[in-house]
Amino acid sequence: MTESLLAPAIEPKPASPLEPVGTAPAAAPQSPWRMFWRQFRKSPIAVIGGIALIILYGMALFAPFVAPYREDVMDRDRFFHPPMKLHWVDAGGGFHLWPFVHPTHIENQARFTYAEDKAVVLPIKLFVQGSRYKLLGFLPTDRHLFGVDEPGRIFLLGTDGLGRDVFSRLLFGSQISLTVGLVGILISFSIGLLLGGISGYFGGWIDNVIMRATELLLSIPGLYLLIALRALFPANLPSQQIYLGIVVILAFIAWAGLARVVRGMVLSIRRQEYVAAAEALGMSRLQVISRHILPNTMSFVIVAATISIPGYILGEVILSFIGLGVQEPSASWGNMLKLAQSLRVLTSFPWMLFAPGVAIFITVLAFNFLGDGLRDALDPRRVLGGKSA
Amino acid sequence: MRTFILRRLLQTIPLLLGISALTFLLMQLAPGDFLTTQGENPMISQATLDAMRVRFGLDKPWYVQYFIYLKNIFFHFDFGESFARHQPAFTVLREGMLNTLVLALAAAIVTWGLAIPLGVWAAVRQYGWVDKGLSLLAFLWLSVPEVLSGLLLLFLAANTGILPVGGMRSIDWDSMDSAGKAWDLLRHLALPALVVGLIPLAARMRQMRGNLLDVLRLDYVTTARAKGLDENTVIFKHAVRNAINPLITLFGFTIGALLSGAFVAEIIFSWPGLGRITLEAIQTQDQYVVLGAVMIAATMLVLGNLVADIMLAIADPRIAYD
Repeated sequence: MTESLLAPAIEPKPASPLEPVGTAPAAAPQSPWRMFWRQFRKSPIAVIGGIALIILYGMALFAPFVAPYREDVMDRDRFFHPPMKLHWVDAGGGFHLWPFVHPTHIENQARFTYAEDKAVVLPIKLFVQGSRYKLLGFLPTDRHLFGVDEPGRIFLLGTDGLGRDVFSRLLFGSQISLTVGLVGILISFSIGLLLGGISGYFGGWIDNVIMRATELLLSIPGLYLLIALRALFPANLPSQQIYLGIVVILAFIAWAGLARVVRGMVLSIRRQEYVAAAEALGMSRLQVISRHILPNTMSFVIVAATISIPGYILGEVILSFIGLGVQEPSASWGNMLKLAQSLRVLTSFPWMLFAPGVAIFITVLAFNFLGDGLRDALDPRRVLGGKSA
Repeated sequence: MRTFILRRLLQTIPLLLGISALTFLLMQLAPGDFLTTQGENPMISQATLDAMRVRFGLDKPWYVQYFIYLKNIFFHFDFGESFARHQPAFTVLREGMLNTLVLALAAAIVTWGLAIPLGVWAAVRQYGWVDKGLSLLAFLWLSVPEVLSGLLLLFLAANTGILPVGGMRSIDWDSMDSAGKAWDLLRHLALPALVVGLIPLAARMRQMRGNLLDVLRLDYVTTARAKGLDENTVIFKHAVRNAINPLITLFGFTIGALLSGAFVAEIIFSWPGLGRITLEAIQTQDQYVVLGAVMIAATMLVLGNLVADIMLAIADPRIAYD
């Protein structure tokens, strides 16, 4: 079977949280990870979602390399430039195997229409020299994945009102928009698991206090709470601090729902006999929680985390969209959408709406695909509920 | 039933107090206050600022301000003053609240008006192409956030000119007769209501489908069919009625989502609702307006949950409260 060939690739995860505690994992031909992987691969949708996400996050990681320009570089001769057409056939009818673009000049100053200079061919080159940057933050280089010879320009998805390349901004924006979800999940799920676990395990007044706190948070409609919390930070902070602020706010809002679900699960798990056995054997409470109770909530938590990441991404999008999030000149998908709000842009320069819009749609769709597949693969009986955070 | 409602109403009081204290604290923790933003204006002298600080009570510590705030609510039904507009905060919020309620109500009509028939349709044609098509659409639609659907509708409106692109009233509103006014309002309401209403549609439709399929497997449906009733009567008179119950409960619980959804739609379509007012007030640190807005939104959500419970009790006599 192909499974046995593929399985070793994912096998080296010794201390998997899914491993049922107490069974001998060594001899089992059907380790939970292998079962999970076999189930997961059965769902083409989940695999597609996973691959799409790997590509998206990979592009975010290598954004300065993949993007032909920096996010704040303005071309003052090409405001609102439409996406450039890729050509294969030149003016003389000659066919090119590799696509090229024509340089453009402005045709109508008031309406921002551009004409192509058909006579000149700008072949798209790979690994061209461009602005200097540090790859992955430490490798200094000036190579970019693709580009055209200066002074020619390539705008695959057009430019915005300041002549900035939308494609490059989309990539740099993804560094913010895509990671908000991951960092936010880490924070809110740590809080949610910890407090939910404590609440369910100890009960009594601790439980009461934590549950009243979650009720309080859940009683304020999300966006109202979001902007009330946003008021805690001054509007004009440097991008990094705004980013941190957004992540912390989103995590603070999201932990409550999760804590309540985890509490419920812990309440039912702690009545199981093996928990009583562990306690009778003299395990400390902390050990019981971390070794026996929390691992049993893991399959739910993984699925809940996957399907709640889009919520964080959209939180950033909405905050930036209403002007309280990432500020110009830094790019984020939210503040790119903000620029697309005006009627003039919507009627004449729609690529400014569709570029970030499609990126957001694909990302959310990929997470939903993946979450759907994970849900089936991790628990054949289906986990508790839908969205938690 | 009456004691149940009473008890639930009493339970909301400490909750709302907690929310108001939390919001008040947040506004206080925020750097600066309304007068800091005013202080940047060179036209206002320091003496005026100091006088305003005393008059607004901003010179007192936050807990004193909070108790004065509570006292004024309970004894004078006074929710503080809007610093920016020199009006009672309640007056500022009242109109926004009404507009948001209109929007949320219209959105709910869109959601339920579409979700129930579509869900029934999908269930009756289970595994048929209608069912599969609707499932696929629902799954794709779940990935379209309201910011996008809102901008997309705005894009369509801007390019076709069929519907107004924003606001609540046309410029010539005052010269219209009442029918014209109603029609004008509806036209302005259509797009934001569609945006807000379509968000929960996919989930509700799937729930309606699932509920109906569950009910169709029950014994009394078999009995009804065995009696020789025709299929339409079985489905619409017997099955659908019972399948709707869980959706009625969800109606109340959806109010929170509707309010958040309305917030985004209000920004995109310049609908003068609670969300827009809150956003402006946050930006100028107009604290009593923010406080009032959060309280109103939270109250609507809490009451929504209460209404959901009551409606379920009415719809399903098997549920007994205390």
